[in-house]
Amino acid sequence: MALDEKTHAELEEIAARYPEKRSGLLPMLHLVQASEGRITPEGIETCAAILDISAADVSGVATFYTMYKRRPVGDYHVGVCTNTLCAIMGGDLILERLKEHLDVGNDETAPQREGDQRTVSLEHVECNAACDYAPVMMVNWEFMDNMTPESAIRLVDDLRAGTDVSSTRGPKLCTWREAERVLAGFEDGLADEGPAAGPASLVGLKIAREKEWSAPSGTKKGGTT
Amino acid sequence: MADTLTPVLTDNWDQERAWTLAAYEERGGYGALKKAFGMQPDAIIQQVKESGLRGRGGAGFPTGMKWGFIPQDNPKPKYLVVNADESEPGTCKDIPLMMANPHVLVEGVVISSFAIRANHAFIYIRGEVLHVVRRVQRAVQEAYRAGHLGKNIHGSGYDLDVVVHAGAGAYICGEETALLEGLEGRRGQPRLRPPFPAVAGLYASPTVINNVESIASVPSIVEHGPAWFASMGTEKSKGFGIFSLSGHVQNPGQFEAPLGITLRELIDLAGGMREGHELKFWTPGGSSTPLLTADHLDVPLDFEAVGEAGSMLGTRALQIFDETTCVVRAVLRWTEFYKHESCGKCTPCREGTWWLVQTLARLERGVGSESDLDVLLDQCDNILGRSFCALADGAVSPISSSIEYFRDEYLAHLTHGGCPFDPAASTTFPHQQSASAGVTA
Repeated sequence: MALDEKTHAELEEIAARYPEKRSGLLPMLHLVQASEGRITPEGIETCAAILDISAADVSGVATFYTMYKRRPVGDYHVGVCTNTLCAIMGGDLILERLKEHLDVGNDETAPQREGDQRTVSLEHVECNAACDYAPVMMVNWEFMDNMTPESAIRLVDDLRAGTDVSSTRGPKLCTWREAERVLAGFEDGLADEGPAAGPASLVGLKIAREKEWSAPSGTKKGGTT
Repeated sequence: MADTLTPVLTDNWDQERAWTLAAYEERGGYGALKKAFGMQPDAIIQQVKESGLRGRGGAGFPTGMKWGFIPQDNPKPKYLVVNADESEPGTCKDIPLMMANPHVLVEGVVISSFAIRANHAFIYIRGEVLHVVRRVQRAVQEAYRAGHLGKNIHGSGYDLDVVVHAGAGAYICGEETALLEGLEGRRGQPRLRPPFPAVAGLYASPTVINNVESIASVPSIVEHGPAWFASMGTEKSKGFGIFSLSGHVQNPGQFEAPLGITLRELIDLAGGMREGHELKFWTPGGSSTPLLTADHLDVPLDFEAVGEAGSMLGTRALQIFDETTCVVRAVLRWTEFYKHESCGKCTPCREGTWWLVQTLARLERGVGSESDLDVLLDQCDNILGRSFCALADGAVSPISSSIEYFRDEYLAHLTHGGCPFDPAASTTFPHQQSASAGVTA
């Protein structure tokens, strides 16, 4: 099915942000995902046409990056970091429990049960740059910090029940397609949600405040102190 | 001498709505930009050179020197690209920095672009951090509205446009030339250097690529002068850096300190090791840097001393593991990561990381013999320094350093017929049973 007019116009808008339009391809593919729920052949062809490159070239890009999905994911795409540190801190056990609980393998969507309001898919992810909050999970690329097997099961059950869930350091979770739209460069007005920094991020600063440690006082004159 | 901790980039993280323009300007934000516009671009480059700032993305290349490589007589447009693709395992400083203080990055982008005479700048953020993308998009938007970006900024005659670009999942795009490929809408495979990006980077044009923390350090250097920056740190590793502690310490977190602080001091600040446990091994700068042990607690964490100790400062990603942790398990998982992330371009990495996993996985399962360790080291030898980029060099680091310090542990897997460690003991919930043991508490 061809992409709708609005999406087509937005794809062109993305390409026009750059001095050379091909640079728009990665965000354009995010928009295809927002619009179609995955990378579709039509999405690939449309990007190729707009950028004057081959569909093969676009497919090459779409298959290289791990965030692009050829099969639909759930409303909530749940990631468990199983890189070394998180795995050791509990990520391996969390992933094991979730696979069992959801009855899925890696990068699969859990079957929707009667009564489920939303769907969930599960993937093991690599280091997501939140190691001081290990074990780390992501839902639609929002942080869920300091997880345990119990809190992970509660999380996916809440998500499937349609309960509002918030990121530990961000807003109420949006759907995967809504998230993809933000990644394509279309803001959703949620930047002011969540704290400036989580508790772990502030550990050093708190100590500096307590001990009255600071950087040397500077001079506005520049040059010598 | 500077204080033990020197908050500069992290100094506003406890401020209400710290990420907003209003909060940033309340603390004097964009004052450095004003000052910069009163200077000649080359004078700004000179200040950054004199400050001694070295790249904060792992390699530690002198930032001012890199800027100086831009051929100003080249007729092609110049570009500034910010590497916000933070993905090195253990590294977690740029993400919270962009969430709490995106404007220090934006201000740094404007000053740096002005200095190198770029009229276009790009911030390449890994796609897997949605709220970071939101906050940086918002900061750029606010900066445009306030006239810190756009045409004829504050009547200076200087134009700058900034594009926030989300990646789509590839560790290799943290490598600067692979990042440029991603930014050009291609598969993220590294390019041959030379030519270096300063001469032929984005769109084959002169380009400076710098890490988030490097660019974010520029406003304070312009504000307070290079001597202020150089008054912190050590002789050849000047300034402050954000040190990230994770793993088996009581209070993992971010600690902004002069370069040269030791792990002993940092663990102390983090409340010590977990109760009743001891440090066993750690990485100074992420998984790509050779492991160190408790013998190295007093090594000053700067580029030179860590190099002499047989590792690399890298991104100051201090992953701390205690005695409950199996080194072989840790190294195998990192090796699987490198295999997963290999871009596939060159044979030593694409095939080599595959073989490393095969060999290591067998050893971890307790299959094989001691001579397999020689096979593993031989494979490492065929990869290190022979691949197209440094990803494969990083893959080799945990293996060769763990065999150096923990050969017996590899042998124990062979005699034990598998891993002798209890994985539950190293988790944050050690008193609960694992899934395989039944229902948890």
